[in-house]
Amino acid sequence: MRKRALLLSIFFLTMSLSGCGGNSSTGINSDNVVYVFNWGEYIDPEILTMFTEETGIEVVYDEFETNEIMYPKIKAGAVNYDLVCPSDYMIKKMIDNDLLQEINYDNVPNYVNIGEDYWAQAESYDPGNRYSVPYVWGTVGILYNKTMVTEKVDSWGILWDPKYKDEILMQDSVRDAFMVAERYLGYSMNTTDEDELQAAKKLLQQQKPLVQAYVIDQVRDKMIGNEAAIGVIYSGEAIFTQRENPDLEYAIPKEGTALWMDSWVIPKGAKHKENAEKFINYLCRPDIAYLNFDYITYSTPNMPARDLIEDEDIRTSPIAFPDLSQYVLEVQTSLGEEADRHLSDLWREVKSY
Amino acid sequence: MNNKKVRFLAGPYVLWSAGFIIIPLCLIFYYAFTDASGAFSIDNVAGIISYVNMKALILSMAFSLGSTLICLLIAYPLALILSTVSTKNSSLLSLLFILPMWMNSLLRTYAWQNILERKGVINGILTALSLPPLYIINKPPAILLGMVYDFLPFMILPVYNSVSRIDKDLINAASDLGAGYRQIFLRVIWPLSLPGVISGITMVFVPSLTTFVISDILGGGKILLIGNVIEQLFTQDSDWNAGAGLSMVLMVFILISMMITSKYDREDIR
Amino acid sequence: MKKTLGNIYLTLVLIFMYAPIATLMILSFNASKSRSHFGGFTLGWYIGLLENEEVMAAFRTTLVLAFLSAVIATVLGTAACTGMVFMKKRSRSIIMGITNIPMLNADIVTGVSLMLLFIACRATMGFTTVLLAHISFNIPYVILSVMPRYRELKMSTYEAALDLGATPVYAFFKVVIPDLMGAILSGFLMSFTMSLDDFIITHFTQGPGFDTLSTKIYSEVKKGINPEIYALSTIMFLTILVLLFLVNYRPGSKRPDGEIHVRTRKEVVVSSGKRGTV
Repeated sequence: MRKRALLLSIFFLTMSLSGCGGNSSTGINSDNVVYVFNWGEYIDPEILTMFTEETGIEVVYDEFETNEIMYPKIKAGAVNYDLVCPSDYMIKKMIDNDLLQEINYDNVPNYVNIGEDYWAQAESYDPGNRYSVPYVWGTVGILYNKTMVTEKVDSWGILWDPKYKDEILMQDSVRDAFMVAERYLGYSMNTTDEDELQAAKKLLQQQKPLVQAYVIDQVRDKMIGNEAAIGVIYSGEAIFTQRENPDLEYAIPKEGTALWMDSWVIPKGAKHKENAEKFINYLCRPDIAYLNFDYITYSTPNMPARDLIEDEDIRTSPIAFPDLSQYVLEVQTSLGEEADRHLSDLWREVKSY
Repeated sequence: MNNKKVRFLAGPYVLWSAGFIIIPLCLIFYYAFTDASGAFSIDNVAGIISYVNMKALILSMAFSLGSTLICLLIAYPLALILSTVSTKNSSLLSLLFILPMWMNSLLRTYAWQNILERKGVINGILTALSLPPLYIINKPPAILLGMVYDFLPFMILPVYNSVSRIDKDLINAASDLGAGYRQIFLRVIWPLSLPGVISGITMVFVPSLTTFVISDILGGGKILLIGNVIEQLFTQDSDWNAGAGLSMVLMVFILISMMITSKYDREDIR
Repeated sequence: MKKTLGNIYLTLVLIFMYAPIATLMILSFNASKSRSHFGGFTLGWYIGLLENEEVMAAFRTTLVLAFLSAVIATVLGTAACTGMVFMKKRSRSIIMGITNIPMLNADIVTGVSLMLLFIACRATMGFTTVLLAHISFNIPYVILSVMPRYRELKMSTYEAALDLGATPVYAFFKVVIPDLMGAILSGFLMSFTMSLDDFIITHFTQGPGFDTLSTKIYSEVKKGINPEIYALSTIMFLTILVLLFLVNYRPGSKRPDGEIHVRTRKEVVVSSGKRGTV
């Protein structure tokens, strides 16, 4: 018995030690790093390697799933990221709570590549563009499988059609889920009116029996794998999923949807601010931004990068680069701490319904 | 002799447990009974009576009772069968039943997604046999299945150990004295295996009461258990007070169920 | 007849327990990245695994973490047991009571409480915090494994050694420790295993750029798991499998008892009188 245990532990010992040896080479000892916190599948990993090769700065890269999961980590201050990529309303919230520091544009000369329109759009949550540099943008819409949905899709209403029971994938993120219900009811997606919120909650509760699952990044795989007929998804995923499964189609509902933008910001606790700025600058370089677009397929605000897109269909794609005047669009804003908490309580009421 | 000095060997651990067991629990206690501004408040703990939290707790209870019962129903006959197999084979067999624990449990749970999905393995087989498909993914049965699967070895092990330790002479004696199988089971085997059963129950009950991972992976976000609520309060809402309040409630709950089981244990063991 | 029924039952339960593992193994050879259909046989994920720095780093972290935390917990736990033997019954049962808390408490509560502690101390979350957390939940396994053995230990041999002129330290290492070795090793192995598989506590105490296999898998569950992880798990599982069978069935070895040798958390709790102290 003892011998057996000894043998086993010797085995573990050697395994661990061999691990130890390898670890020291990858362990981050130098200070020449940048800690990046980004959405899942939101950058071409090749770019991280290229950045390190070119600048010698090591990139420690982590991913989050929703703005709401990212926020407490930054706020608690227990983790020091140098660069984070939240969405519009969350950036506003972080500015309001004094969690961000101003970007020194002298270190980001490539900022000129970002189109004027996008700086203007960013003004809505970051007045004066002091804290954030736009990374990607898009809309929220409905992705559907043409072989399973034959009718015309132009309204959020299809998400409440009993015909598609268990075929619907709903966004598992508070603001986006409520946005869908609020727009369908004709309210603003930034409403804090109690009656409107309750009505939206009721509507979402009614929808729950029809929903197959509340997911975020999984919408992509499930739609590609024909697991569901309809999914609420960000426009950036549309081109990618269509590439993988040509039966998929993206539609922006007529009731209106969110026009969103994710931007790079530098939290207050950042220990490598200059490296963070170098990283932003690198991403703003047209060739890099183009490379990245090709991989993540989310609309880039980088004008020269857009011109680099060879495929005519994609360069002028109404999904990636829509004519915004055609749609009813609204930008989500920060509702304030109190309202946020209330909204997440309501969301829990939906999910436990 | 120098026994006094030897005692100090426990010193590092005493300090450690004070720092990493007691103080953290005090912190939970502190956050549970204060509000965001640091003033005393009972709201967080009282939050359990809200509809959402209560429903989550009751659901968790139902799931954990269900999975404990099913685990016991599967594990007990298994242990009996294993105990009748010859010694050499039984150790090989029992090894087979705990071996799965050596593969990452998250990954194994995730694999059930593959198996149960609408276009997954089971439905693939069912359609091939032209049988109606089975849609249980993202529904309560899938979570129950996940719990039973994940925690079954924890029931098999103690039950098997206590059953296999029963002296065969006792059973033979009972049978010589004219007891039928039913009677032997009820009067001899079951009472003697009870300690194993009880520890199996505690070992399955607590993790299935408090898991948030299984409901996350197999529930499609449609079923909120108390573990999910606590996890979300901490990681998404950064409402530590409410989260700590519910954690307190959960701890008390576990404590009570432990007390009930250990009481049963003592009464029946005689 | 009865025997056949029994065998059928055993087989069914085994199928239930191994179905997911088989699925994962098959997926590790699946040429298509999609998990819903099999796109042909490939060894690509196994080759790719070696070059996948992220997965390999998580794997190394997991092993180093498990090994370090198990070693430290074993040392601390064994020392604590030795000290406790010489304590008054009262203080000993208080310490044992505290030791039982993490065993019985929900992982989520333990994880959250440690997170609150680290944040209160303004500690930077990372390898160190996770290591501290793992040591904390590992020590009880060591204590609950070593302590019962101590109770059975006959102190007379130790005292005889002293009478024969051995120094206490010498006698301790030459007489007591060898007797405890089995229990210490099983405490170590258990700690190692628990640390290897832990997700929940790591989830709450991890920091930037830190991933164990479990946390990596959890984040990838959301966006689709990289098949290289299947490959890694298959290798790990098969290694353990081969190892266990080699260790258990060396030619000529006679099994002393029918007990199961991979002890788990459960068994320690069963065997070490958790119910005696609670």
